[in-house]
Amino acid sequence: MIEIVNIKKSFGDKQILGGVSAKFQDSNNSLIIGASGTGKSVLLKCIVGLIRPDEGDVFFDGRSLYNSPSKVVKAIRREMGMLFQGGALFDSLTVAENVRFPLDMMVAEMLDSEKTDRVMHSLERVGLEQAAHKRPAEISGGMRKRVGIARAIVMNPRYLFCDEPNSGLDPMTSIKIDELISEITDEYKMTTVVVTHDMNSVMGIGEYVMFLYNGLKEWEGDSKSILHAESQALRDFVFASKIMEGLL
Amino acid sequence: MNVIQNWGKYFIFLSGTVRNREPFRVYPPLIIDEMVKIGTNSFLIVAIVSSFIGAVTCIQTADNLVSPLVPLSVIGTICRDMTLLELAPTFTCVVLAGKVGSNLAGEIGSMRITEQIDAIDVMGINSSSYLILPKIIAACIMIPALCILASFLSLLGGYLVGVFGDVITPTDFVSGLRNGFRAFNVFFALIKSFVFAFLISTIASYKGFYTTGGALEIGQASTKAVTNSVIGILIADLLLAQILI
Repeated sequence: MIEIVNIKKSFGDKQILGGVSAKFQDSNNSLIIGASGTGKSVLLKCIVGLIRPDEGDVFFDGRSLYNSPSKVVKAIRREMGMLFQGGALFDSLTVAENVRFPLDMMVAEMLDSEKTDRVMHSLERVGLEQAAHKRPAEISGGMRKRVGIARAIVMNPRYLFCDEPNSGLDPMTSIKIDELISEITDEYKMTTVVVTHDMNSVMGIGEYVMFLYNGLKEWEGDSKSILHAESQALRDFVFASKIMEGLL
Repeated sequence: MNVIQNWGKYFIFLSGTVRNREPFRVYPPLIIDEMVKIGTNSFLIVAIVSSFIGAVTCIQTADNLVSPLVPLSVIGTICRDMTLLELAPTFTCVVLAGKVGSNLAGEIGSMRITEQIDAIDVMGINSSSYLILPKIIAACIMIPALCILASFLSLLGGYLVGVFGDVITPTDFVSGLRNGFRAFNVFFALIKSFVFAFLISTIASYKGFYTTGGALEIGQASTKAVTNSVIGILIADLLLAQILI
């Protein structure tokens, strides 16, 4: 379980997060949603430790990310996998080398053949074994996201974080990526946190949904109850799409 | 205040490259890779610049030596001292600040913009140590080596132009090279090139590492990397001359 406690963050005079707390349960897809500029990505970066919050802490199964010795922090980080918005693949490496990178860096004792097997297994899991020898520039945006997922799961992480996994993708590919994230969460029994503003994802895979508004947690619940939420800000966000109105 | 903050950030950045390093086995292939990129890819430009500079130095020195009382071998001596003391280390490093510095800042800057550095950090890898330390070590090995090569080619350029241009005889040139030779000057040139290499690689990496924004900012980071490296080289050149000579 991941617990975030009173996360506050400002850049200069501008407060981005005004004290956000939440719990993300194991084997669950937890979604952080909100309009652009509400602090979703900043919150995610605070959770994974890329941005240090001004106040608050994040606990990974009881271990503090910001108040633990560096060895513990390193151990927590090595249990994380992250899918970035643009994939964040290394341009100079092939798809297989990108997926293999965490293994090469973190697992010294594993045989080369074992590493290759794990890489191929991860690529098969995301349906990209044929693209193993291609460079990131030679594959599509959706494929890059899938490679990002393969790289994130190659170390069998306990926590998976996805920053807007559907951005820039067509609706069909978006649904496939959502399904893949959901399947992998169940299969690897991970705690998955997804930042998105895509209502299809919310309705499709959201087991726990947290709505951020002006840097604060405005609402939390599951994807079914979101349609009947009383928060006007959330209703404005959810029913901005005519399709969502049809669901009522 | 901003200047002081930048200096502080630069030194924190430098300390980050050596604190919490990755296992030793990670670095040798990265260092070799960077040595090839910095050294091999800069060989041609260094060879062209240094041989032409040596040739021009020889011709201009000969043109200025109008007194019959001054032996022609002085041309060789002046070429040698100018090359070793200033032209080879400083001029080569200014050229490399442009080539290697902009390359490093652009490469690291684009990794920052495309979240590749964030991806490394999330994996629990010290990104500054993994990405920057091999570049600094490679630069500190290859740039002095390129300066040695530049010294040799500069003197060769001067010799060839001097001899084939009927400016000086081979005997006079070689005799000038040998007259009053101080081995310390070679050591001095190596110290300079080592310091300049450190400045180029760290300033360029620093500028790239803290790039924010998009493609425009990557270009700006590269430009700043070059200008700041060149200024750093010139200041260090003056300080080293004051301290060591």
